[in-house]
This record gives sequence, structure tokens and C-alpha cells, in this order.
Amino acid sequence: MKRVVIVGAGLAGFTVARRLRELDYQGAISLFGNEAVAPYDRPPLSKDILKGEKTADDVRLQDRAFYEERDIQLHVSAQVTRIRPEDRTVEIGPEELGYDALILATGATIRPLPDQMTRDLGGIYGLRDLSDAQALEHAFRAARRVLVIGGGYIGLEVAAAARSRGLEVTVLEAAPRILGRVAAAPTADIIRALHRHEGVDIHENTRIVAFTGDGHVTGATLSDGTRLATDCVVVGIGVSPNTGLAESAGLEIDDGIVVDDICQTSRPGIWAAGDCARFPSPHGPMRLESVGNAIAMGECVAENIMGAGRPFEVTPWFWSDQFDAKLQIVGLNQGHTRIVARDGAKDGAISYWYYRDDALISVDVINEPKTYMVAKRLIEAGKSPDPDDIADTSQNIKAFLKS
Amino acid sequence: MSDAWTLACAADDIDEEDVIGVELNGHKYAIYNTPKGFFATDGICTHEVAHLEDGLVIGTVIECPLHQGRFDVTNGKALSAPVCVDLNTFPTKVEDGNVYVKIPE
Repeated sequence: MKRVVIVGAGLAGFTVARRLRELDYQGAISLFGNEAVAPYDRPPLSKDILKGEKTADDVRLQDRAFYEERDIQLHVSAQVTRIRPEDRTVEIGPEELGYDALILATGATIRPLPDQMTRDLGGIYGLRDLSDAQALEHAFRAARRVLVIGGGYIGLEVAAAARSRGLEVTVLEAAPRILGRVAAAPTADIIRALHRHEGVDIHENTRIVAFTGDGHVTGATLSDGTRLATDCVVVGIGVSPNTGLAESAGLEIDDGIVVDDICQTSRPGIWAAGDCARFPSPHGPMRLESVGNAIAMGECVAENIMGAGRPFEVTPWFWSDQFDAKLQIVGLNQGHTRIVARDGAKDGAISYWYYRDDALISVDVINEPKTYMVAKRLIEAGKSPDPDDIADTSQNIKAFLKS
Repeated sequence: MSDAWTLACAADDIDEEDVIGVELNGHKYAIYNTPKGFFATDGICTHEVAHLEDGLVIGTVIECPLHQGRFDVTNGKALSAPVCVDLNTFPTKVEDGNVYVKIPE
């Protein structure tokens, strides 16, 4: 294999390149990113960057020497415009580059509000890339009131960052409760209480109806009739996978680039990893938007390019930092039939253990990383401790690993 | 700057296969009790600001509490993504039931 081309220099694409060199792959690696900067760590964007406590330099994954030492050709501000699978070539504008293996790690794009609602008004932001975070951080400096649309992880992390800067913050969630898609009700209750305690105004079951403003947003009308003034709006209503390039090359698409059990797309020699890829799992086809998935899938693709033939298996894990709360989730709780609460050792620490019948399927942990790490190992190993033992805080959490 | 043996904690302050955090001379260190003995490293993960004292010790490997980077505490080596930078390690010795680490004064 002479050349691997990676489209997308987020964590998944970066991981493929890193792992290939760890596996002693000797050919060329070309890593294309459409942003102006080298690969960086995305989670701090909605936290430390927004709070003004970290800068672009702090979140860079690796410095220039890393790429030079490993002979990884990193191209920033580079847009791969076309794939020609029949001659194993990509086009970067007018230039062409042949590949032996191609990895699509194209990520996802913010889902926008309808154009007729936003009307090109200034002051309406999304958060996905470093440049988005920098623009929003800049807007926060001048703003007094922020309206966040969407009560998922991104919306709530933005709300927490804005509030900790002293801004007045309102969060709208169209669904009956916040975190509906990503965490179960008891966890959402704790997070909601935390935000309210910190002074964030959360409206659930409430949609945005219209914005007011001439040129720049100045206010909003909500579905419950409330009208409020705002200086800045952040839209965090989810993302859509970037599939355009793959689709025009004739690859199979279904809310993501469809891959098989070893992460290969419908076209041999083309692989996909990260937020953009939909993979088979015991729970049906799945697409995950997480750091953990980007790393795990990137490593799996690299190994399979080297011939490992390893099926991709992942235990989903997520985390979110809001104010002083650290929420960590392992597994997927869909279909749970029982929830067991386990109090933590310190104040404000608690975990919720989700069982489907007798099987432990997911755990939400607030403010107790050690419990999360044990839970993750239990779920990965397919172990299901007795729910009564879980609820019994006199039992040492690590002991469950040995039983 | 020279290094000196410094009292970190009592040996029985740390459960078997566990870790505690100590602050010595203004720096945070993590002290481990493992099946291969006591070890000491930086107290903060090299990936992000995570306190390793909150991590999980299995054998001689510490898993960072936040993003599941893993380090071998005997030599500080980073074992898995997302960490790529090794931890600094420091010599330890146990005398009269106390753990000492050799650290900058």
C-alpha cells in the first residue's frame, strides 16, 4: 500500500493517521482538513474556550513536530472536492491525488434553524468548530443576555459557560425535557436543578417561534407566548453527518456513510470513521457523535487497512461538564426496565444504573469518576451486578469487577 | 534544583490497588499502592486537567478519570489514546510505614 488519503482532520481522521504509524505502516499518509488549523481537541470548545480560559494553542492535539516525525502530510484549509472511486483518486480543487485506501472522516454539520426564521440576522451562532467557538466567545464579551436553543449537551454546556461569565441565560428545549436524546430522566432532573440553582432559566416543551431585530437579533417570541430580549442566540439542535462527498461518489448513505462490520463503505478501499459513519451493531445500525467513538473507530479503520479484519465493537461513552458537575455516561439506556440509584461517597455524587430485565445496559455517573470507570468495565465485560448490591453503598465499587 | 526524599503519606493511607493525591512543595503528586509496590507520578493527567487521584488503578495501570487515557505508573508511559505524553515519575521508598518520594525541593 503506497498511499492512504484521509478526508477530515478531526479526531477520527487524526487517529487513523496516528494509529497507522504506530502499526508501522510505511507508505504515505495525506491528511486533509478544511479548517485553517491543525487537528485539535473539540470538547473544550464548549467549555474552557467559551469561558475565555483556554485559547486555540491550548487545544491543539499535537504540534508540528508530531506530523514531521511521523511523515504525516497534513494539509489544512484543504477541501477535497470529489472522489473518483473507479481510478482511486481524489480531487482537491484542480489537483488530483491517487490513493490505495481512502478514509472518510468528514464529521458533521450543525443543523440550522429555518432561513425564514433567522433571516440573516446577526448575533445568531452555532458551535461546532474552533472558529465558531472563537466567534461566540467574542460575542459573549459584549452580550448581556443569551438565548440558547436546544437543551442537549451542547446547549447546556454553552449555557453553563455563558452563565459562569455572568450573562443572563435562557435555554429552550422543544421536547418535554432536556437531554431527552442522551440521558435518562433522573439524570436530566439533576442537571436541570443544577442549572436553575446557578440562575439559568430553562423552558422545556417550548419552541422558538420568531426572532425580532433589524440586522441584529434583539429578541425572541416563544411558543408559550413569552417574548424576551436577547443580544445573542446560540442554536444547539443537533448535527447532520457530512455525506455529500460520499454520496456523489455513489457510496451507500443512510443518515451517515454506511459501513460494514470492519468499517468499510459500500466501495472496497474506502472506509469511514467518526461522526459521519453509520455502523452495524447488536442494537441495529448506529451512528455515534462522541470522542470515544471517533478514537475507537479511527483505530479500528487503521488496523483493518493493515489487514487485521477486526470487527468494530464499541461500548458508547460520553461526558459533559457543566458548572462544577461532571456527568459521565457509559452504554445506551434505551429499553431499560429498571433504574437503580447509588449514592456517591461525596456530596453531589450519585449514579444511576439502568437494567433491561437482569442485564446492566447503561450507567450515568455524576461527580464520581471512579464509579464511572468501574461501570464502564462492567458493561464492556457484559457483567450485571445484582441491583440490590449496587444500591448498597457499603459495598466497595471495585469489588464488583472481581465477582 | 536538587531532589530530596519527602514524606508523602502513611503507607496504609492508600488501599491496595488504589491511588491518593498529595500536594508537596506546591505541586500535586499521585501516590499509588500496586501489587508491585508504591509508585509516584505527577498528580495531573497530561491530556487535560484531570486529577489522577480520581482515577482507577488496576494492577500497575492508572486510568485517567475523564477521558480514559491509561498510564503505566511504574514508568509513566502513556498506554492508550487520547494521551500521547508520558507522565513524570518519581522514586519512592517506604520507611517505618511511611511513603517517601524523591522530588524537587
